[in-house]
Amino acid sequence: MSMPFYVSPEQLMKDRADFARKGIARGRSLAAVQFADGVLLVTENPSQALHKVSELYDRLAFAAVGRYNEFENLRIAGVRLADMRGYAYDRRDVTGRGLANAYAQTLGTIFSAGGEKPYEVEIFVAEVGDRPEEDQIYRLTYEGRVADEHGYAVMGGDADTVASYLKEHYTAGAPLDEALRVAVAALGHSSNERGQTEDRVIPVEDLEVAVLDRTRVQPRKFRRILPTRLEQMLGDRGPAEHAPDEAPAESSASPDAPGQAQPGRREQVTPPDSGEDEGEPPVAPPL
Amino acid sequence: MNDARIPGAFLRPGTSSFSDFIAENAPDLLPARRSLPAGSAAELAPHGTTIVAATFPGGLVMAGDRRATMGNVIAQRDIEKVFPADEYSVVGIAGTAGLAVEMVRLFQVELEHYEKIEGSILSLDGKANRLSALIRANLGMAMQGLAVVPMFAGYDLERGIGRIFGYDVTGGRHEEAAFFTVGSGSLFARGALKKLYREDLSQDDAVRVCLQALYDAADDDSATGGPDLTRRIFPVVWVVTDDGAVRLDELRIGELANQVVGARMLRPDGPVAELPGGENTGEDLRA
Repeated sequence: MSMPFYVSPEQLMKDRADFARKGIARGRSLAAVQFADGVLLVTENPSQALHKVSELYDRLAFAAVGRYNEFENLRIAGVRLADMRGYAYDRRDVTGRGLANAYAQTLGTIFSAGGEKPYEVEIFVAEVGDRPEEDQIYRLTYEGRVADEHGYAVMGGDADTVASYLKEHYTAGAPLDEALRVAVAALGHSSNERGQTEDRVIPVEDLEVAVLDRTRVQPRKFRRILPTRLEQMLGDRGPAEHAPDEAPAESSASPDAPGQAQPGRREQVTPPDSGEDEGEPPVAPPL
Repeated sequence: MNDARIPGAFLRPGTSSFSDFIAENAPDLLPARRSLPAGSAAELAPHGTTIVAATFPGGLVMAGDRRATMGNVIAQRDIEKVFPADEYSVVGIAGTAGLAVEMVRLFQVELEHYEKIEGSILSLDGKANRLSALIRANLGMAMQGLAVVPMFAGYDLERGIGRIFGYDVTGGRHEEAAFFTVGSGSLFARGALKKLYREDLSQDDAVRVCLQALYDAADDDSATGGPDLTRRIFPVVWVVTDDGAVRLDELRIGELANQVVGARMLRPDGPVAELPGGENTGEDLRA
C-alpha cells in the first residue's frame, strides 16, 4: 500500500491559489468605476454573445473574469437567488451584500474542499443606491474573500497596470462619458512581455460596457451601452487596434500589444435614456 | 459536511423559467399550489371586474375599472387591475383579486427572469404561452370558485402591431383581432366597443373608446365602477407602442373621463352609431 506524500496545509492552499490565479491572469482585465450617476463596468470582450457583465437585479450588476462556464453558473445562481428573494419578500429586500455573501460562501467552500478544483474566477457585485455614497462594489476572489471597493476596482489579467493608470487618472463624481474614457484608456494601458507599459486604443466593437444608472426612471437600473453609442461617447481616439491573439471570450490571452493612444476628445453627449441605440431595450417595470 | 455554498439546484444550468424553478425548489411560493377543502370559496375574497383593450395602428390601449366586489359589497374602490408585464406588454386581470395580483407578480418575474438568464426578450407569443401555463396551474382553484381570467396584450416588435390575447380558466388562449373585454361587465363593454371601434383610431380616440366602453359596463353591471368624480378615481389606462408601455397619467385620464361624463349628461346612453341605410343617420343625436 502506497502512502501519499505529506503536503502541509500551507503548501496545499498555496498551490490551489496559484492555480486559480494563473487561470484568472490569462483573461483580460475588467474595470468597475464609480461615476456621478452610478457604477460603470467596462471590459474588453470581442464576443457579443458571451457576456462578462450582466444584470442581476434592479440595482445589482454582476461582472466576472476567469473561466466562462464557472462564472456563468454563479451568475445564473445569483439571478435565481435574487428573483426568488424579491418574489418571496419585496424587490427592495434584494441587496448586494446578501448576494456577495452567498457568492463568498460558495467560492470559499469550493476553494477549501479537497475534492474539487478551485474556481478560476473573480467577481464584482456592483450595487447602485439612491445617492453616490450608497453605491457599492464588492470584489469576490477565487478563495471566497470579499472586499468592499471604493471609487474604482480592477480584476483579471493585467489588473495592477490598469489599476495604476486609474489611480492616476480617476476623479470621483465624474460624468459618465468622462469616467468611460478614463476606464477605456486604463484597459488599453498594459505592460508587454518586456515589462514596459504601453497604450493601445481598444476598438469599440471589442468593448463590453454596462452601467448601473440611478437616473433611469425604470426600477431596473442596468443598461448596456452598445458600440454605436460608445463611438459617440468616446470620440476620436486615433487608430484602434485589436488585442493580439484574438482569443474567444474567456480563454488565454497574452498581455496586450503596443499601440498608440491619443487623448480622447470630448464629444457631444446625449443624456442617458434618450437614444434608441442605448443598449438593450429598457426592461420590465415591475409592480 | 459543513457546506455553506449556494444550493446545487441554483447552480445547475437548465431551466430559464422562474416558475419552473420555484415549482421544483420552493413550491410554496407558487400562488396556485394549494389544495383546498371541498366546497366553493367564491364568496371569500374580493373579485376584480371589467378590463377592456383595443388596438390602434401602431399600438394598443388596455383599461380597467377600479372596483373590487365581495358579494354585494364594494371591497375596494381604487384597486388596480392593469399591470405592466414587461416593457412591451401589459396584463389585465379579472376574477379573484388576491390570486390574480399574485399571478401577475409571478408572470412579471417570469418574463424578467427569462430575459436576464437568456439575454434576450421572449417573443410576444412566447409570453402569451407562459401566461397560459400559469393560468392552467390554477385550474383546481378555479373549480372551487377562485378563478383568475386575465387578458394579455403587447406590442409585437417583429410585426410592429399591437396584439391582444384572451384566456379561459383552463389556460386556453385565443388572439383577438381588434378589441377584447373580460370580467363581469365585459358583455356590456363589448357591445359598446363593437359600435365605437374603428380600425383607424388614433391613440387618443382608442383611449376614449375604452373609457366609453367602461362607462357602459359600469352603467349596466353593478360590479363595475364608473369614473368616480367626487373621489377623483378614474380607470387605469395603459398605452403600449414601440416606445414601450406607458401608464396614462391621472390628470389626462381625469380630463377624458370628464368629457365622457359631460357628454353623458346630454345623452346618458352615450355616442350614437351610424345606421347605414336608415332614415336617420344619427348625426344630430351624436354626443
